[in-house]
Amino acid sequence: MADVNRGNRPLSPHLQVYRPQLTSITSILTRITGNALIVASLMIVWWLLAASTDAAYFAVADGFVTSWFGDLVMFLSVWALWYHTLAGVRHLIWDEAKMLELDRAEMLGWAVIIGSVVLTLLTVIIVW
Amino acid sequence: MAFLTDRKRAVGWGAAKSGTEHFWAMKKSSVALLVLIPFFVFTFGSILGSSFEEVQAYYARPFPAIIAALTLIVGFKHFNDGFQTLIEDYVHGAMEKILILGMTCVSYGAAAVGVFAIAKLAL
Repeated sequence: MADVNRGNRPLSPHLQVYRPQLTSITSILTRITGNALIVASLMIVWWLLAASTDAAYFAVADGFVTSWFGDLVMFLSVWALWYHTLAGVRHLIWDEAKMLELDRAEMLGWAVIIGSVVLTLLTVIIVW
Repeated sequence: MAFLTDRKRAVGWGAAKSGTEHFWAMKKSSVALLVLIPFFVFTFGSILGSSFEEVQAYYARPFPAIIAALTLIVGFKHFNDGFQTLIEDYVHGAMEKILILGMTCVSYGAAAVGVFAIAKLAL
């Protein structure tokens, strides 16, 4: 039997013993933003369905999507979308085995953070 | 057995039971979204908050309608593939399968509803 000691072995260092680093935080944020975008996506689909149905249904869906809560979700989702997009570009760069040195990787991390904030503000200014 | 090459004996026995299809699918959809997302943000963003009649007229135009439909199709495929990776990393056993199946239904369902709505608005 290859594995008689399952469950009672020393574990390798796990999350709680690592100091947060720019690279690890930007990595997990990529996953969180990508998956969180389901909320705004489903709201947009509902809004489109209502717009294609009739004025009364549209008033309900549009009322929700443009309420203060809907605005908050959309604003955070715009940031999440730009963050995830820029982080995706970072992955496309890394997939080419480029900019993997620590200082370059950290530079890309800052580019993703700062870039996502700038693009979010630009988007809000343009579409408002 | 002795006639099998090392490669032939190894194929299909990795942890993923498959090769790079999933990675390549994510890469294709991510590059497509890199083009689609800016168009979608500024078309959808510019009409959100308008009246019912304005929204109907806007999505009757080909460009906003085609961008929205493409973004929903590629976006939900990309979302579903990404969600699958999330689940495979953190959940195992029957619940892993149930969550992946469930979210696949949600993703394709939502994409279908969205495309149906856009088609109805556009035609």
